[in-house]
Amino acid sequence: MKKLYKIYTALIIFFMYMPVAVFIIFSFNDGKTSVWKGFSLRWYANLFQDKLIMNALWNTLIIAVIASVIATILGTLAAIGINNFSGRKRIILLNVSNIPILSPDVVTGVSLMLMFTIVGVAFHFQMGFWTVLLAHISFCAPYVVLSVLPRIRHMDYSIYEAALDLGCNQFQAFGKVVIHELMPGIFTGFLMSFTYSLDDFVITYFTKGASFQTLSIKIYTMTHQRINPKVNALSALMFLAIVIIMVTINLKDRHDEKKRGVIH
Amino acid sequence: MRLKRPGIPYIIWMVVFTLIPIVFILFYAFTDRSGAFSFQAFFKAFGYTDVFLRSIWIAFISTFICLVLAYPLAYFMSRLKQSTQNLLTMIIMIPMWMNFLLRIYAWVTLLQNNGPIDTLLGFFGIHTQLLGNQGAVILGMVYEYLPFMVLPLYTVMAKIDSGLIEAADDLGANRLSTLRKVVFPLSVPGIISGVTMVFVPSASTFLVAQYLGGTGDIMIGDVIDKIFWSDQNTGSAIALILMVAIFIFLVILNFFGDEEAIAA
Repeated sequence: MKKLYKIYTALIIFFMYMPVAVFIIFSFNDGKTSVWKGFSLRWYANLFQDKLIMNALWNTLIIAVIASVIATILGTLAAIGINNFSGRKRIILLNVSNIPILSPDVVTGVSLMLMFTIVGVAFHFQMGFWTVLLAHISFCAPYVVLSVLPRIRHMDYSIYEAALDLGCNQFQAFGKVVIHELMPGIFTGFLMSFTYSLDDFVITYFTKGASFQTLSIKIYTMTHQRINPKVNALSALMFLAIVIIMVTINLKDRHDEKKRGVIH
Repeated sequence: MRLKRPGIPYIIWMVVFTLIPIVFILFYAFTDRSGAFSFQAFFKAFGYTDVFLRSIWIAFISTFICLVLAYPLAYFMSRLKQSTQNLLTMIIMIPMWMNFLLRIYAWVTLLQNNGPIDTLLGFFGIHTQLLGNQGAVILGMVYEYLPFMVLPLYTVMAKIDSGLIEAADDLGANRLSTLRKVVFPLSVPGIISGVTMVFVPSASTFLVAQYLGGTGDIMIGDVIDKIFWSDQNTGSAIALILMVAIFIFLVILNFFGDEEAIAA
């Protein structure tokens, strides 16, 4: 039985990594199609010379950093605020906060586009960097609320009071004690925001306007031409980056766990 | 710290970037081009009933396959030792962080004529069109969303006390009835949140069908995308119907479990 499970797990992992293997292999292909023509690094060279792709990468990172930082601040404060509401008001707030998470991306994207176009006509601005940033903050912040809220609920309220008794003012107590207690939730929220922002295609697609490009938009235009080996090289590099990030986080967790084990 | 004030910026943000855009969608759905009240957009939207039903059907099949594939895997994972569990979780999460267009594009490469799978099948004398049909679309969906089913299932199952399973064994239950009477009822919250996380995005996805399906396989997300650029009224009506349908689905699903499961 155990052996059967192992084979099954291996099959699923094979299924999940087969496409990854494909683009890694073909990123080294000298030919333009999916027929193997020999080893070459020319698609990687091409990739780094492509100013548009590099520019799109930069835009993606800038948006992801700014959006996730603002979403984290907004969402953390919101979680504290919402936690102090009770009854009906609290339920309404939580439900509204969940709308961007539960409603389909297409609908969120289209509704924001509608608003930005109308407001844009009234105030003479075009969709671009700012509208994408606003949209990203809007769909990231609810994830921060979701990941911080359970932390607040389980927080020991008396440590905040202790900080006040020991002479902290409200803000100091908040900065030194509350934030520290909520940190794991805040960090998870930040990480979720950052990755969702990096990965988003649909909402960016509807709010980007005519000329602003992020990496996923660039990938969209590239894949629409069906054959484009630069995409393979790009995917292989992105995969490598993700593996490095995940392994680092995992090792850090393990390290932290060991440290905690020593203290207790 | 009974303060509600920190929540105010977020509440204002949600009103401006979530509720007002929805009001715009509502307004456009119930008006015609001149801005007068009309049901015209809905009449036009009903012309896409077949696409709508097909999207729901494809999403349903994909969700079901994901559930069937993920359930044994999640169960197996949850019974392993902790370090192996963490490693497997990471392995399953890594492809999820890849850009979704890249993952779909990799399947285009895999399935195309003279692509790797076609060549492999060719050795066995099998020649079929792998790309451009509903099967390919469902395959793409399952691939895309399988981790979203595995992870919530696994999280819930990891919390099941193995003592309960041993107790069931000791009390004479065979494997099957242990699964049916102990593991399954305890895993219901995981099933609900997994189904939500797979069904909602797959019912509303766009591009997957354009990349992997034939001309007759386009889904409701693709229709919204196509129409919105020219006819925002009909586009809004379809988006509204989609959103309402998904919320009804979530409400029905919630009858089967507690509300927190979906939020978590």
